[in-house]
Amino acid sequence: MTKLLVYLKDYKKESVLGPLFKLLEASFELIVPLVVASMIDVGIANRDKGYILKMCLIMAALGLIGLTCSVTAQFFAAKAAVGFATKLRHGLFEHIQKLSFSQMDREGTSTLITRITSDINQVQSGVNLVLRLFLRSPFIVFGAMIMAFTVDGKAALIFVVVIPILSVIVFGIMLISIPLYKKVQGALDRVLGITRENLTGVRVIRAFGQEEAEVAKFDGENDALRHVQMVAARISALMNPLTYVVINGGLIALIYVGAVRVEAGILTQGQVVALVNYMSQILVELVKLANLIITVTKAVACGNRIQSILEEPAGMEEKDSRGDEKLTGCVEFDHVSMRYYEGGEEALTDIHFKAVRGQTIGVIGGTGSGKSSLVNLIPRFYDAEKGSVKVDGVDVKEYDLTALRDKIGVVMQKAVLFHGTIRENLKWGNESASDEELWEALRTAQAKEFVLQKKDQLDEMIEQEGRNLSGGQRQRLSIARALVKKPEILILDDSASALDYATDAALRRSLKEMPGETTAFIVSQRASSLMHADTIIVLDDGNVAGMGTHEELLKTCEVYQEIYYSQFERSDKGDKKEGEN
Amino acid sequence: MKDDKKKVNQKETLLKVLAYIRPYKFLMALTIIMAAVSVALTLYLPILAGDAVDLLIYIFDPSSLNVASPWPALFFILKKMAVVILLTAVTQWIMNICNNKIVYSIIQDIRKKAFRRLEELPLKYLDAHSHGDIVSRVVADVDQFADGLLIGFTQLFTGVITILGTLLFMISVNVGITVVVVVITPVSLFVASFIAKKTFSMFKLQSETRGEQTALINEMIGNQKVVQAFNREDETLERFDEINGRLEKCSLRAIFFSSLTNPCTRFVNSLVYTGVGLTGAFAVLRGGLSVGQLTCFLSYANQYTKPFNEISGVITELQNALACAARIFELIEEEPQEPDAEDAMVLENAEGEVNLDHVSFSYVPDKKLIEDLNLSVKPGQRIAIVGPTGCGKTTIINLLMRFYDVDQGSISVDGANIQDITRKSLRTSYGMVLQETWLKRGTIRDNITVGKPDATEEEIIAAAKASHAHSFIRRLPNGYDTVIGEDGRSLSGGQKQLLCITRVMLSLPPMLILDEATSSIDTRTEIKIQKAFATMMEGRTSFIVAHRLSTIQNADVILVMKDGHIIEQGNHEQLLAKGGFYAQLYNSQFAIA
Repeated sequence: MTKLLVYLKDYKKESVLGPLFKLLEASFELIVPLVVASMIDVGIANRDKGYILKMCLIMAALGLIGLTCSVTAQFFAAKAAVGFATKLRHGLFEHIQKLSFSQMDREGTSTLITRITSDINQVQSGVNLVLRLFLRSPFIVFGAMIMAFTVDGKAALIFVVVIPILSVIVFGIMLISIPLYKKVQGALDRVLGITRENLTGVRVIRAFGQEEAEVAKFDGENDALRHVQMVAARISALMNPLTYVVINGGLIALIYVGAVRVEAGILTQGQVVALVNYMSQILVELVKLANLIITVTKAVACGNRIQSILEEPAGMEEKDSRGDEKLTGCVEFDHVSMRYYEGGEEALTDIHFKAVRGQTIGVIGGTGSGKSSLVNLIPRFYDAEKGSVKVDGVDVKEYDLTALRDKIGVVMQKAVLFHGTIRENLKWGNESASDEELWEALRTAQAKEFVLQKKDQLDEMIEQEGRNLSGGQRQRLSIARALVKKPEILILDDSASALDYATDAALRRSLKEMPGETTAFIVSQRASSLMHADTIIVLDDGNVAGMGTHEELLKTCEVYQEIYYSQFERSDKGDKKEGEN
Repeated sequence: MKDDKKKVNQKETLLKVLAYIRPYKFLMALTIIMAAVSVALTLYLPILAGDAVDLLIYIFDPSSLNVASPWPALFFILKKMAVVILLTAVTQWIMNICNNKIVYSIIQDIRKKAFRRLEELPLKYLDAHSHGDIVSRVVADVDQFADGLLIGFTQLFTGVITILGTLLFMISVNVGITVVVVVITPVSLFVASFIAKKTFSMFKLQSETRGEQTALINEMIGNQKVVQAFNREDETLERFDEINGRLEKCSLRAIFFSSLTNPCTRFVNSLVYTGVGLTGAFAVLRGGLSVGQLTCFLSYANQYTKPFNEISGVITELQNALACAARIFELIEEEPQEPDAEDAMVLENAEGEVNLDHVSFSYVPDKKLIEDLNLSVKPGQRIAIVGPTGCGKTTIINLLMRFYDVDQGSISVDGANIQDITRKSLRTSYGMVLQETWLKRGTIRDNITVGKPDATEEEIIAAAKASHAHSFIRRLPNGYDTVIGEDGRSLSGGQKQLLCITRVMLSLPPMLILDEATSSIDTRTEIKIQKAFATMMEGRTSFIVAHRLSTIQNADVILVMKDGHIIEQGNHEQLLAKGGFYAQLYNSQFAIA
């Protein structure tokens, strides 16, 4: 949490003035009982109407000053808190953008999103509350006690006893109940889990006729939830009655001691009334303080989570090389191995090959064989652990990242589009692309036809993440987006999986006809998509199982044969032993 | 007009909430009694304290009293105070416990009901509604409702009773001062509601801007990898900052103006306090009031204004709670699927003869999907369903399993219309393996025995062996007792699929619905899955959503689908000879690029 305070730096003035004005208000509030006391002791005792009126005017004036102070305090506090949150949000967003792929994998994007939205909101209200109230409540509690001492030292000793007892009760109950509320949260999470599980698995549950079993399971968790809720509630239900008893016990003691002191002629009636008033002020503030502490604990927890993200070192170290211009489109893997996290298994082992300008490289293999890992190393989405990946003759670690990624057009497995027009989306590849260039890319990506059918064509709005398009349409548009970039190196990471065979074939044909000498990496599970590549790399469990042309591999590579025949088997009816050729 | 409707809805919701409270009416009565008692006692205490303060005068100046000593009287009052305090504490405690019990029981009932309804809702509803939204109704909305209800019980009751009680007490002591209090206090209520009204639009703007920002964050952070791949970080940050700046401005306004409520009402309170002090002091001078009564009034003035301040907050909270309740009730009252007829037959050991007779179906009325489909499947036959992605192959599964009902025509199993068969027996007669695997949180064993909870260890292992899952399960840290997380995150796609097959293998129903995987499985696992499928299909009527050529070629009937329609039907040779869409599809797979 502490490191987040730098974002409050620009609001130093506000962060000091806010609490200051709040304290000023509190001080005026503390004077009121004294005014009432003197009204009783002087005004009423002497039957001095003018004096009573004067005291009332003073009280009204104190109220007005209090209002002014408090409004000022609120303004400064709100300004500091909102400003702080805005700066923090900017800082966090900027930081998240710099995180590397492996950091994002580790944190998970949904966590990152929670951090920047709800966590920051919590911290904002925490800061706001702290600036407004954190000083005020203890100030009033101790201020009231001190004022009591100025009235009468002996009687005020009762405060010295009552306040610690109250604090023990309030904070003791909080200490016990906060962990209980965590348990409540846990039970609630399980109820949520079952509900979600049931919705996603509704077909399976109904197919197996398991509705009643699920209801029973839900009831169990639901009962457990109510149980912990009640346990927690029982503890916190003690708070009000106990504090009430202690405060009012103090009141009885005050009146008794007051009576003794009045008899001795030390205190007046009005002063006893003042003491009683101070006692009730303390009660009100302690309850506020307890609520405040709960909010602040939550805010601090959120703050710590945000800080842990900010403490992630930003992204990868980069240098400023831009590659060798004579070697454009050349990709080289020099005995490359990588793993996604330390201690994990190697995702790729000793990959070694070289692709030159204009070549098409196919990458094939089963799930988890390392196909995506391999192509992800080229734009340096991840770093190789051993060996080096060279683009245009230079190690990618020597590159300026922006310059490196400018050379490469990537179409990822999951086709992602953004809220905006089709044109805006395509221009992600190249801000200055003309409409003709856009249409050309669409044509190559087999997307021209359906874009033409849209009412607004290039200006057709795409909803968030492209929800208003089909999977195949999204894939074709994301391919077009990469083509608009006219990259030296094009990577298609299993990006035709949502296309039917005919479209896939047409796409491959037009990619082949594309002008310019683009080096292309095509990742696929389908042998048919790759068989015409210049070189096919066959991966099996992170290792190269074979490398060569389709014909070569069909003769020499067992893994390739297995894949190919499982997809292309034209065996006779009844023979079901595919792939065992 | 709209407001009126909203009010009617609120009233309806309130009535429904009351229906949920009814079972707890005794607790409810108890909590109301306790609230009344504790408020009365709380109000009585200042009177006692006032009396005690009045006695101080006599202690100060004993000559003014005709009794020997005021001390016994003082002790008596103090003892009385002690009793009142203890009683108040006890009643408050009982009230708190009752309130919690009522609220938590009610939401337990509501959640139960909601979940039961979830199990009975037709898939038509579940498919059409966002799961996130449904979950948030069952979890978040119910929670919010509970919070509101609890605050309502604890604060609204005591608040109202306090206001009434204080008024009564005050009138009994001194009418003049009471008038002062009654006239000034509502001002704070006006101030509060005035501020609330003014800030409503600011808060709305804030939450809209926040929503806009969250959408951007979701989109950009959620797809950060694409943003980085296209070097779009700077542009994205620019867009973010633009919204962030607007958010700062409108947040500041909303927060500042709404935070004025407290100081303003406090100011009004201090005016009430001053007013009471002034009129009270003059009343004392006139002799109509004792000093003790004045202190009593002063503390009443505090007690009387506090609930007024709270009540405006409580009312917004309650409205919020009602809105949440309305969302939950919407779900609970959703039309459930038509229950099985009373005389519905139970399908046992089906032969596997399936007939589709002039079946028509559509998800939305004006978009015809399946029209006049006829299909007759003999026991043991294999039906392959083929077509491009998104052509509606799952629709057929939905109809066979009766996840959806046909619009026209009928589907029959062993000669019986499936509408006359209990859903449970129909569905358990099918073994279903979908491409989208679903595993629940629990052990491997729990997941395998879903369809047959009483299976023995031997049966489980035999099923796992038959589906080629045994070897990988054995290698897991705790074998069959390994706990897998929600969605089986720790397993690979292929392993999940094998588990789902084992699940079906264990109960091995007479008919099968299989969905072949397209891409997520590596070749070796795929071969295992193929073998497992082959074992299962032996002698069973099977419907297969097919992607593999061999499966298609070996099928007895191929249904070719396109854009939701069944356009061709026949076996491989017949369809090839026809030279239609199937032939085109078949050839394109092997087309030379």
